[in-house]
Amino acid sequence: MREREAPPVPTRTVGRRRRFTRRDAGVIGVLLGIPVLLDVFVVWGPTLASVVLSFTSWDGIGDISWVGTDNYENLFTNYPAFWPAVRHNVLWLAFLGLVSTPFGLLLAVLVDRGVRFSRFYQSALYMPVVLSLAVVGFIAQLVFSRDQGALNAVLGGGTNPTDWLGDPDLNIWMILLAAAWRHTGYVMILYLAGLKAVDPALKEAAAIDGASERQTFFRVVLPTLRPVNIIVGVITVIEALRAFDIVYAVNKGRNGLELLSVLVTDNIIGEASRIGFGSAIAVVLLLVSMGFVVTFLVQEMRGEKNR
Amino acid sequence: MTLDTAPPPTRTTAVAPVRSRPRRGPGRFGVHAFLMAVSLAFLAPLILAVYASLRPYEETSEHGYFSWPDNLSLDYYQQAFTDSGMTKYFVNTLIIAVPGVLLALFFASFVAFAVARLRLRGSIVLLMLFTAGNLLPQQVIVTPLYVLFNRIPLPYWMSDSMTMFDSYWAVVLVQTGFQIGFCVFVLANFMRTLPQEILEAAIVDGAGVWTQYWRVTLPLCRPALAALGTLQFTWMYNDFLWALVFISDGDKLPITSALNNLRGQFFTDYNLLAAGSVIVALPTLVVFLLLQRHFIAGLTLGSTKG
Repeated sequence: MREREAPPVPTRTVGRRRRFTRRDAGVIGVLLGIPVLLDVFVVWGPTLASVVLSFTSWDGIGDISWVGTDNYENLFTNYPAFWPAVRHNVLWLAFLGLVSTPFGLLLAVLVDRGVRFSRFYQSALYMPVVLSLAVVGFIAQLVFSRDQGALNAVLGGGTNPTDWLGDPDLNIWMILLAAAWRHTGYVMILYLAGLKAVDPALKEAAAIDGASERQTFFRVVLPTLRPVNIIVGVITVIEALRAFDIVYAVNKGRNGLELLSVLVTDNIIGEASRIGFGSAIAVVLLLVSMGFVVTFLVQEMRGEKNR
Repeated sequence: MTLDTAPPPTRTTAVAPVRSRPRRGPGRFGVHAFLMAVSLAFLAPLILAVYASLRPYEETSEHGYFSWPDNLSLDYYQQAFTDSGMTKYFVNTLIIAVPGVLLALFFASFVAFAVARLRLRGSIVLLMLFTAGNLLPQQVIVTPLYVLFNRIPLPYWMSDSMTMFDSYWAVVLVQTGFQIGFCVFVLANFMRTLPQEILEAAIVDGAGVWTQYWRVTLPLCRPALAALGTLQFTWMYNDFLWALVFISDGDKLPITSALNNLRGQFFTDYNLLAAGSVIVALPTLVVFLLLQRHFIAGLTLGSTKG
């Protein structure tokens, strides 16, 4: 696209002149073709199929019959698990975005100040990130379980201990804590890398101009972290929408831990096998995430042009 | 510790270089106290899991996980390996993750090369196709793939279920296809930072596309490939959903998904589960501690450019 508009640069002509012998074209065809086919087969084809199937009442075996927007109407009006799941996903997003992410930024700033033992802090804070979310879910049970859990032992629960994971009003918060445990370290590492890339001369100039440390951070450093902010934002949204493993490991996403991702999975691998209906839930997820993904890509590609 | 002696920047890590500029003031102590407290809080659940796994269930059911031990043993680890066959699940994970990582890196590196270096028309579209694909929630693609895999027949020597469903092929294929997106994004960013002159010199010398890719560009990408490989292995190892949906035979599950098998239907021995969790977590923790630099580089390559 922009290829054609660009005036022919001398360096370009070197490539142009002996551009792609037949062997070259073959190599490109095969090695570009296979991954593209794979991406279409595994990712984009199924995405499209999900959209199409969401307008059917298919059960995975019989004939496919069209039901228009029935699935969506049912989903919004008489599927009891739907709105709680939406609320939980939104809560997940808000918690990661408003609590966990700023906390990760704070930790990054503190570690980046070059204190002693920063290597230890960095490793300790980051360690949960390499754990599988399923493992995090199991560890959460050790901490939060009603009768023998460490939390109740510390609080001295008494005769009527709190059932942190069993109480449907409470458990989502505990799971959010566990999810944030992992997310914070992830965010911290991204910001640490970003902070390292900030030109120290900028900070020095701000200091000479008499800016306080706080002013320097918010007016000088944070704006230069914009690319990292965007990545962190996208990761936060995607993580919040994809959330699945941790609640599934705790109680298969029931009793207060419903999530959209769990509802999709339940509708296909359960006995019901309501493919059409499950697809409609997936499409809701898709639409929400696409909003953010497209914004991110537009940013990315704009940067691409300025490169 | 004294505040004035700033540590000499001997071991600068990839991420947090030790600043030589000394800082003073009362804030310094507060920062340490805060970071130490948070670090310990972050490590505490892991330590608790290890501790619980070393104690018999009767003991913790009576006194709770937060109590002094009467006896400590490795019995649960032995039980996890012998009765529950964790070794088998480890092998399953390797069967899936090793080809997955290698294929994803190989294909993604060529796509990234084509996008970043060959200046083909439509490169940006290609890059967007892969990047956006990796950002979709997995549940969006799970349903059609489940149906599809059930309908793709495979010969018996490839899959004893005779279909793509319930075979390692399905999981490897999905892992590879899904993760190529992330690898393309990271590698394309990395390849753009390589000097174009090297490639031009090779072209003048008459190198074809394959040589430009395999002999000229890939060797320069070694640090990025190492970083991505480490990261991808951890991700594929940790994956839970794909195997859960595409594999029905419990014996074929990879280790993360098999962890559920340690859970009893009526009674769950959480100490055994803790031992299982530690066993599952150990390889990624070891990879992280040994290859921390690579691991972090992999995550940050995609986010900060240049």
